[in-house]
Order: sequence, then structure tokens, then C-alpha cells
Amino acid sequence: MQVDEATVRRIARLARIRITDEEAKALEGELSGILAWVEQLDEVNTDNVPPMTRVADMKLKKREDVVTDGEKADDIVANAPLTEDHFFVVPKVVE
Amino acid sequence: MTDLTKLTLAEARDALAAKKFTSTELTQAFIDAIDSANPHLNAYVLATPEHALAQAKESDARLAKGQARPLEGLPIGNKDLFCTKGIRTTACSRILDDFKPTYESTVGQNLWDAGAVMLGKLNNDEFAMGSSNETSAFGPVVNPWRRKRGGKADNTKLVPGGSSGGSSAAVSANLCLGATATDTGGSIRQPAALTGTVGIKPTYGRCSRWGIVAFASSLDQAGPIAKTVRDTAILLRHMASPDKKDSTCVDLPVPDYEAEIGRSVKGLRVGVPKEYRVDGMSAEVDALWQKGIAWLKAAGATIHDISLPHTKYALPAYYIVAPAECSSNLARYDGVRYGLRVPGKDLIDTYEATRAAGFGKEVKRRVLIGTYVLSAGYYDAYYLKAQKVRTLIKQDFDKAWSNVDVVLTPTTPSPAFGFGEKAGDPIAMYLEDIFTVTVNMAGLPGISVPAGLSGEGTPMGLQLIGKPFDEGTLFRTAQVIEDAAGRFPVPERWWA
Repeated sequence: MQVDEATVRRIARLARIRITDEEAKALEGELSGILAWVEQLDEVNTDNVPPMTRVADMKLKKREDVVTDGEKADDIVANAPLTEDHFFVVPKVVE
Repeated sequence: MTDLTKLTLAEARDALAAKKFTSTELTQAFIDAIDSANPHLNAYVLATPEHALAQAKESDARLAKGQARPLEGLPIGNKDLFCTKGIRTTACSRILDDFKPTYESTVGQNLWDAGAVMLGKLNNDEFAMGSSNETSAFGPVVNPWRRKRGGKADNTKLVPGGSSGGSSAAVSANLCLGATATDTGGSIRQPAALTGTVGIKPTYGRCSRWGIVAFASSLDQAGPIAKTVRDTAILLRHMASPDKKDSTCVDLPVPDYEAEIGRSVKGLRVGVPKEYRVDGMSAEVDALWQKGIAWLKAAGATIHDISLPHTKYALPAYYIVAPAECSSNLARYDGVRYGLRVPGKDLIDTYEATRAAGFGKEVKRRVLIGTYVLSAGYYDAYYLKAQKVRTLIKQDFDKAWSNVDVVLTPTTPSPAFGFGEKAGDPIAMYLEDIFTVTVNMAGLPGISVPAGLSGEGTPMGLQLIGKPFDEGTLFRTAQVIEDAAGRFPVPERWWA
């Protein structure tokens, strides 16, 4: 799979990572190389093979749908770069 | 007094119980060792001497009262991927900035509840993405081992492996008795092999992932790196536990792994997979492998050729699954709730600027690969395909288990390499994990035990792979290799 610069830019936009022109150029080659390398999986016949979901045959644990934690607003905002009264502050998103 | 930092974890435990010295004396010896070595090795990204001495004081009080817990007063290092309450945790990424968790990882809490003392936070590849510890935002870790070239000392700085390079270097340089580590594609076993230490990645689900910074959630597992097989057995027992906070963590009792040490391997069936004889494998790695076979045979095990036909597809499948899961996991670093924020002209611009400044090159590369393979129209062709290949890899092992009890392979294709030697080509670096990554893909336990020296005088390891939740057999078998090969302390403490 050959990835072009426009695709690199589209992917970077989806991933919310700003990239420079120089990075876009370098990533074009690197991503193409990695994607070409993983293409060898096409040799493997996976018809009727289920995707792997667990190591040992056991059911995912379940619990009662009840509140088990909370009342820690101070903790939750403790590491935020910008807060106001237990709210995270972000640039205006609605005009 | 003898150098306390040279003791094994088991020796230190027994000496503390016999009151030969105190935990405060032991802890201070490590604090002094870290002070002098860390400027050269960069194994710790944060030393916490006051925290350690406070824990040691409590341990001494308990020891004096005869109320010692299983790891009472034993100083260990904690990989910076494990959240520590009130103590900076960064995953060695700029994007976490000065993050101070308000909670402790389950694995960490288990260790402190067992009486262990934390000396500090250990360096690693950024978000555990790397095989050389060169991607850390705090700079690379230096391997305490140096190589010889043409019979002459070569002072080239060697990598300690990765991503748990701080853990492996700190253990081999006697800067802790043992360390926590994590393994997504080989990040415990490969660094252990490159530093002459022992490292075990347990079965997926054996240790809780709660409070460990996530990389690829279906592959990540915590485990210890330590000086001996016995020490890793002791540590794993007290790291593992059932945990309501991780739904993939199993509700199985944790066995007394140390009881396996010294048990016979007579009649044990050891599989040797032909697919691990890869192109470009060095003659000395092959010779080491043959030695391992001979040791186990001499101890009464039987050797069986086996085939794991999908082995070669494990690494490419891994480089779909791991980046895909990391791109999802790392979406949380948005500059809003914690960590770094670089203000932009609007919200999206803030996200993009923050993530551009906060993530390193390898992390960006993997997030972008992951975003690509999960983007509209590609999910089935990449992620789903890779997860199906995983099933085939696991089925290879399921078949093998009807004929063998454990599988023996080399841990890495080559010994420790120099700084920058594999940095130019991502795929060359990814190949470091060629022998370890299948184990993560199948969710199995794997241990690396040092087994010999390369022609350059640097350590090399052998890997044992076990059945799901059969870590006990790995400890028992690894001890036979350790008994035959001897231990591999760093010959020259050039940094001291």
C-alpha cells in the first residue's frame, strides 16, 4: 500500500496531530514501508477463522450496575491545565 | 559491611528476617548507589529517597515487632508506566507533563501492601513504544554492560533494551533488588536478555492492568525483572491478584511460585520450534539455543521438534493490532483533563498543537498507522484480519501443548546494540521482538533467563514459553537453566 502525502495529512488530521511539511514527507515513506511489510498477512487464509478475543475460555466478568465510586471532583480536576470550579476550561466551541 | 546492593532479593529478605541489617540501611545503600550511578546510566527518571526511607522506617518497625509482610523492607524500582499516588507519572512522554495520579496502580498497591519499598520511577520508551529505550522523553538509558570488539574494550554506549530499559539497567547495575516492568511485544523479556537479568511476562490477565498507562490493551501485561529466577517468582506472586477494576484480570488464586524453584524437570516435554530458526540468526544465538537444549536434557527433560507455522506472521500482525489499540488509547491525551496543553486558536487547533508538541516521533508514527488501519473502509482488511491471524497463532500453540509442556527459544536475535544503530529504520527495530511477540499475540506466559555471553562479552538470553496460567512450570524450568549457566553480574562497574 502506497500512502501519498494527502493521505498522510488526512490521517494526521483524524489523529489530531499537527505535522510539518517535513514530517509529512518523511511519514509518507515510513508509513508506506510499514503497510507494505504488513501486507504479507494476505498470504494467510483466514476464511472461517474467528478473530481472537480471549486467551483462555472464560466469560468476561460482570458486576451489578451500581455506583461504586464518586464524590471526587477535586481529584478529577487535580491535574487539569485549566479549570474553573470543578469544570475543565476549553476554548469556545459554540459561537 | 559488604555491599548490600549486590544481594539478591531473596538473600536480602532472609537477612532482614535474621536482623543482619535494617531496611533503612539497605534502602540507604540503594539511594547512595542511585545518586552516583544515575547521572551515567539514566535508569531512574525520578528518585524518591524520602518516600523510600519513610517506607523503610515502617518496615523496620514491623520487622522489630515480628509482623513482617512477605516483601517487608525490600527496595524495588517502579517503571514510570505505573501510576503512583501523588508521585509524578509520565510514561516518559512530554504529553503527561507533571501528571501526579490521585490513585495507585493495583500491581503497585499489591507490592506496597506486601511491604516493598519504592526507590523511584524507572525510565522506559515513551508509552512503552520501543525496543531500545531511545524514545524516552527523558533521554536514553545506558546499558551497564560494555562490549569488546576484537578483544579490545569498546566504550560505545549500548542500549539496555526496551521498553523496560530503566528496569533492566537498574536491576543489572544493582540500583534496586527488582523492578516492575510491562510487556506488550517483548518489553520485559528483551531488556532482560540484553542486560543479563531475568524477566517474566505472565499470562494475559494474570496481573491487573488497572493504573498502568495503556499502550495496547489486548497485549499489555505487567511482570517483574530481577536478578534471579527465584526473585522474579517472589515478585510475581505479590504483583498478581484478581481485581474488580480490570475486567480482563482473571479470578484465579495466585500460586506460591517460589515453591517451584528447585523442583525437578524430569520427564518434562520441551518443544523446540523450527520456525524460530530465522534467516540472519547469528551462529552464537543458535549455539546458545543448543546449549539450553543440552542442559534441559541433562536434567531429565525430553526434547521434541515442534512446528508453529504462523510464527512469521506474528510480527506484522502485531504492527496492526498494537498501533490500532494505541491510537485509541492515546486519544485521551487532548490537553484538557491532564498533562500538557499548547493553546491554539480553537479547540481542534489546541488538540493538534498539544499532541504535536507532546508526542515523540515513534509515538506519532504508531498513532498514525493505527488511525490509518482503523479508518473507514480499512477495519476488516487490517485489524480484523490481524485478529484472525492471532487466532491461528494461538491455535499453533494449542496444538503444540498436546505434545509438549514448555517451548524453548532464544529471546532475541542478537545481543545489545549501540545507541542509534537501529534508529534509522523502524522495521529493523521492530525485528528485535521477532521471538517475543508471538507470546503476546497468543496471550501466553514467557520468561527470559540469561544463558551465556556473546563473542562481544555481552549477555544473551533464552526464552521459555508456557501454557496459559502455567507460570509455575516456567520458573521451575528457568531455574534449571540458571543453575547450569550461572548468573551474569556486570563485570566492570565503570560508572562507580
